[in-house]
Amino acid sequence: MAIFIMILQRLFYAAMLLIAVLVLNFSMLHLAPGDIADTIAQASGGADAEVLEQIRKDYGLDQPFLVQLGQYIGKVLSFDLGHSFFYNQPVTSLIFEKVPATLLLVITAQVFALIVGVLLGVFSARNPNGLLSHFVTFTALFGYAAPVFWTGILLLIAFSLKIQIFPSGGMFDVTVEGGFFAQAWDLVKHMVLPVFTLSTIFLALYSRLCRASMMEVLGSDFIRTAKAKGLSENEIIYKHALKNSLSPVVTLAGIQFSAVVSGAVLVEAVFSWPGLGSLALQSIIARDTPTILGILFFSALVVIVGNLITDMILRLIDPRVGSKG
Amino acid sequence: MRQSIKKLVVATAMASVLCGMAAAQEVTKGGTLTMAIQQTPRHLNPAVQSGTATGQPGTQLFASLLRYDDGWAPQPYLAESWNVSEDGLTVTINLVKGATFHDGKPITSEDVAFSIDTVKANHPFKSMFAPVESVETPDANTAVIKLSKPHPALLLAMSSQLLSIIPKHVYGDGQDPKSHPQNSENVVGSGPFKLVEFKRDQHVILERYDGYFLEGLPYLDKIVMRIIKDESARTIALENGELMVSGFEQNPRDLNRMKKNENLDVSNAGYAAIGPVNWLAFNTKDGKTADVKVRQAIAYAIDRNFILKALMRGTIGAAKTGIHPGSPFYNDGVEAYDLDLDKANKILEDAGYKKDANGVRFALTVDYGWPAMKPFAEYVKPALKKVGIDVTVRSSADFPTWAKRISNHDFEMTMDNVFNWGDPVIGVHRTYNSQNIKKGVIWSNTQQYSNARVDELMALAGSTNDIDERKKYYAEFQEILANELPLYPLFPSPYHTVSNKKVMNAPNSIWGTSSPLDKVWVKQ
Repeated sequence: MAIFIMILQRLFYAAMLLIAVLVLNFSMLHLAPGDIADTIAQASGGADAEVLEQIRKDYGLDQPFLVQLGQYIGKVLSFDLGHSFFYNQPVTSLIFEKVPATLLLVITAQVFALIVGVLLGVFSARNPNGLLSHFVTFTALFGYAAPVFWTGILLLIAFSLKIQIFPSGGMFDVTVEGGFFAQAWDLVKHMVLPVFTLSTIFLALYSRLCRASMMEVLGSDFIRTAKAKGLSENEIIYKHALKNSLSPVVTLAGIQFSAVVSGAVLVEAVFSWPGLGSLALQSIIARDTPTILGILFFSALVVIVGNLITDMILRLIDPRVGSKG
Repeated sequence: MRQSIKKLVVATAMASVLCGMAAAQEVTKGGTLTMAIQQTPRHLNPAVQSGTATGQPGTQLFASLLRYDDGWAPQPYLAESWNVSEDGLTVTINLVKGATFHDGKPITSEDVAFSIDTVKANHPFKSMFAPVESVETPDANTAVIKLSKPHPALLLAMSSQLLSIIPKHVYGDGQDPKSHPQNSENVVGSGPFKLVEFKRDQHVILERYDGYFLEGLPYLDKIVMRIIKDESARTIALENGELMVSGFEQNPRDLNRMKKNENLDVSNAGYAAIGPVNWLAFNTKDGKTADVKVRQAIAYAIDRNFILKALMRGTIGAAKTGIHPGSPFYNDGVEAYDLDLDKANKILEDAGYKKDANGVRFALTVDYGWPAMKPFAEYVKPALKKVGIDVTVRSSADFPTWAKRISNHDFEMTMDNVFNWGDPVIGVHRTYNSQNIKKGVIWSNTQQYSNARVDELMALAGSTNDIDERKKYYAEFQEILANELPLYPLFPSPYHTVSNKKVMNAPNSIWGTSSPLDKVWVKQ
């Protein structure tokens, strides 16, 4: 029962938050200088005055701010995110066209970073002062500190140019023919570099956090009891200690979900990955307001849902969470 | 199996054509060309969307009436022949017989009239077809264009992406052509290739149109245009052979690297009609830059050769005027303002701008609109410091931010890059015409320059078809501008076509890769 009340409460806050996000985003974009007419002129190498005026009129940009805001909120409340200025398509269909590619990239990178990060963390916590442990810490830090687009380009030079094993970008090679397996293999080849690039930042975070929390747990009483019972070290680590040290990692992973989405913007640009990030970048540059707002709205939604799910998972692995209220 | 038979039939048909072509080089038919475009096109119909993102796939999908070679000479394309009347007011077009759209329907003079009307009503450049009063269609293969005055830009405006011939039976159905659903899918074109698939942010896939009106062409079976925005990623894909052609490449560092690659041809042939010129623009109405002496002193203090050598790394030469050096109207004889610090200091001194205790005469700002322009704006600062002008570089977050500032005349100096778009009437006049000082419109006369003689010269050169007379007018026009310097021209953008050595007949026309690739083939 308590859990349902909590969910209802959360959903109410979420709705309020979304409306605030809408108003704030709309106002901020309105403040940004320049508009779609300028960027259409840019793409065309110039345009005459009448043409620009016509574009502004067509898209309702000549209306006062509050009228535009009111119209937009009204539309969103009736589940319509509007039409893209740039592509002349409903924003919802544009977003849903791009979501699968981004989710595939982001979720794979997140899962990869979690698994490898936790393993590395456990590994270095078992022997915190060993040479290998320092090596892990160093590489993880390096991955965290290096800008994503730089890592991406370095990987491209190494594995697409010098040793040509991976393609330089895109999601599919349209010249590949063959059945499902050929296509799937092609997709995997295209995914390796972007997924690895995106996961480098999170690998560092997870491995360091897991290492710290593992070391803390390994020093606690119940581990000493387990040792006294004569359990093998692997059993202690993976059965007792790991489960207890995971909750900060999961919390962080939940919070980081939004960061993964924003990291995707850069990675998608470097690897020409046809996802939401590419669309976001393109629409900001083009001042395609309905599309930017739509993407921001959608991302806010994803983050809220992501946090809700994190909460649920935390309750599952650690019964202490939320038990007091 | 069926496909290979088809290929065989085509190949046999071709063989007869090829026999006539001497033993120059055996053309390999078929195959796929992979190519890059740098931005996602809004859609694929160049009749209602300008710019090279739409132009590169658009010129494959749609044929124009004329095409141009690398020497600015018009060649027949959909127009088999054309005739301009003595008084320049009537242009008669004879269409190729038997040409069809991709749905098999014939291309007629009705479609030509409809296309001209559509472009005239929707294209961002009104100057292209403004003097067209009507298009008459005495028979299916003849279109007669009636003009209100002789219009020398007309022939260029009938080439490449400026006038795509679109089917009236598709786009004339009453919907707004700018948002017509068949601009992006089920495109019914008139060009050498038809659309297979357009996926935003991914690719445009084109396939040979077997009913193309030029016998035996196109050579290729398929073109895959990949949309790759990141220039490093494009360079890598060209170097590892994933991409065979990329046009409009202009990063000096990448170009010089690719020149060293033995599998790649890096060529700056073409692009003269696109005509991109970079310059330092001045606000000629307000502030210190309103004084022509100040503008001249600045020009003498800036070392164009340093820019070409150190910043452009030798990839391009100088542009002394706002007309592209590749244009037949370019005047190479104007004052070039080669570096002369003494002269610059003397001009400022004589004009009464004295140095203060810190050696500063006055302060100015310089803007730039996008990252590629930043090094030039930054160079201006130390260069002008030497003559006592304290420059602040103003950066803008992105293009629209800059466009807003400049088009509202809120600037003193700015780096800028403006395209000639074929004839000076289309892309050059707009920068200097005193009637074109329009707030809020980027690439209008944002310098707010006004000179009655310059206006007159443009009017004269814009209403005669006599090329020698036009050259004379434009020579004087460029001379006046070089003296009054509403802007200081620096260099053309170093557009290059990078292609794999296997690619034969890589495009080299004045329109670069925004031209039909029907004669391109890939060596096996």
